Amino acid sequence: MNSLPQVARPPAPSAISNALVFGWRAVLKFKHLPEQLFDLVMTPIMFTLLFTFVFGGALAGSPGAYLQYFIPGILVQTVVFNSVYSGMGLSTDLGKGLFDRFRSLPIWSLSPFAGLMVGDFLRHLIAGLIILTIGLILGFRPEAGILGVAGAFLLLLSIGFGVGWIFIVLGLLIRTPMTVMTLSFSFIFPLVFASNIMVNPETMPGWLRAFVAVNPISHMTTALRGLMSGGVTGREILLALAAPIVLTVVLAPLTIIIYRRR
Amino acid sequence: MNHGHSQNGAAPAIDARGLVKCFGELRAVDGIDLAVPRGMIFAILGPNGAGKTTLMRMLATLARPDGGSASVMGHDLVAEPQKVRSVIAMTGQFASLDEDLTGRENLVMLARLWGFRGRAARARADELLGAFELADAAAKQVKDYSGGMRRRLDIAASLIVTPGVLFLDEPTTGLDPVGRKSVWRMIRQLAGSGVTVLLTTQYMDEADQLAARIAVIDHGKKIAEGTSRELKVATGSGVLHVAVADPARLDEAAQLLEARLGTTVQRSAEGGALAIAAKTSHDATDALNKLLDAGIEVADFSMGSPSLDEVFFSLTGAGRK
Repeated sequence: MNSLPQVARPPAPSAISNALVFGWRAVLKFKHLPEQLFDLVMTPIMFTLLFTFVFGGALAGSPGAYLQYFIPGILVQTVVFNSVYSGMGLSTDLGKGLFDRFRSLPIWSLSPFAGLMVGDFLRHLIAGLIILTIGLILGFRPEAGILGVAGAFLLLLSIGFGVGWIFIVLGLLIRTPMTVMTLSFSFIFPLVFASNIMVNPETMPGWLRAFVAVNPISHMTTALRGLMSGGVTGREILLALAAPIVLTVVLAPLTIIIYRRR
Repeated sequence: MNHGHSQNGAAPAIDARGLVKCFGELRAVDGIDLAVPRGMIFAILGPNGAGKTTLMRMLATLARPDGGSASVMGHDLVAEPQKVRSVIAMTGQFASLDEDLTGRENLVMLARLWGFRGRAARARADELLGAFELADAAAKQVKDYSGGMRRRLDIAASLIVTPGVLFLDEPTTGLDPVGRKSVWRMIRQLAGSGVTVLLTTQYMDEADQLAARIAVIDHGKKIAEGTSRELKVATGSGVLHVAVADPARLDEAAQLLEARLGTTVQRSAEGGALAIAAKTSHDATDALNKLLDAGIEVADFSMGSPSLDEVFFSLTGAGRK
């Protein structure tokens, strides 16, 4: 170190500017860790291929028919699974003391979370587009056309936003990233499988059908199918958005409280 | 001192009264007072688990005090945390950097968070990278940095805007001697430019080398405070080293010294040299005279003040290791 002139603080940046910096950080992470994209899309690609060709014929008569049913479902599953990663990332950041630096800065205290959300949006978008492309190659045809697909992706991002809060809270509360993952998947797996993502619930026992009918994941999947194939109702969209809205309203303030108390 | 007045130019850098932080039953910080004048390097010395880090985290607004009050550069810790944050910077014990990003990206990110825009943020990052001899590693991801480089970047990250108070939590833990010396040099230079530095350390020589004042902390309480010299004087003893010309008379010399000073002689591994605690230099001179009276030739002698280690152990009680 040679010389260090005194440097005064420039005018305080806005909350939005702070949030954008964290968004930029999320984008840089993609640049430096392209392998995380691999983790992100490998699971859904495998699910798509295996379910379509192994179970498709048995479940829907033919792989082609099953693909039509399954693609909207696997998109929901992917977004929910991907949200877990941001909880793990948060837990990692907190463990390293990086957040201590952020918290000791005179910035909008929630801006690091806004950055997390930007990263999530990008992850959801990239993974979603890759799955859609593979689906289209295999023969998936969204009957509602481009507008329907765009609407479906908007809904997907809203789902990701709402569900994301669960894992942000877990990431804040749990010290080890691995535990965040294990715990998250221990309740996500039952929720995802006991839904209408993979199979039509008609053949399930009555008690399970009752669960599937109220499972928020089912509502999300139903609305997404409707958006892609056309014929979605306003009620379906509202039901699909109910859980994300409730989660945001309850967990966003909780996030602030936990974060400030840490 | 003026806790309430936010624009008090005369306020000390840190003024803490009876700070308390509890974790369940444990009183990690148990009523600590601290007054640090501006521009000083102040060390908090204590063993692991003494409450050093918790105390520092409270002062850096990262943990809310359960009792007491404190102001930093005249801003109240609890009432005006955002104002405190605008005049401090903290380098934690664990690298507070994004390991996946490059060194430059880390600094640009922080510069932007402080309010530098585009080109100005990049210029500030490059300036700091140059000053901390990291220009060559600017484009490398931090995970590929050595321990010393990481520390340097971590400290650079705290200087985007020159802070009023810089908190350094164990700044040289885990560094090799070269890295340590270079961090010490930086800390001195910063203090020279007017930055108040509050550092925690468990190394006595670090506090001794750097700090104008030292607070010794144990079990969440401050057990002593003063300059390095004051702490040594308070312990009340120095060590007399004596080398005897004729090794055959070593035992005799040891007995004479013990008889006069009432403490136990320690022999050096090579033999020939003796070390013994003496309360005052008068006692030490007198003991040397006893050797001369007995006709024992002294080849060499010196009177050393106690090391901070000795001070620390005498304050916290022996037996702890």
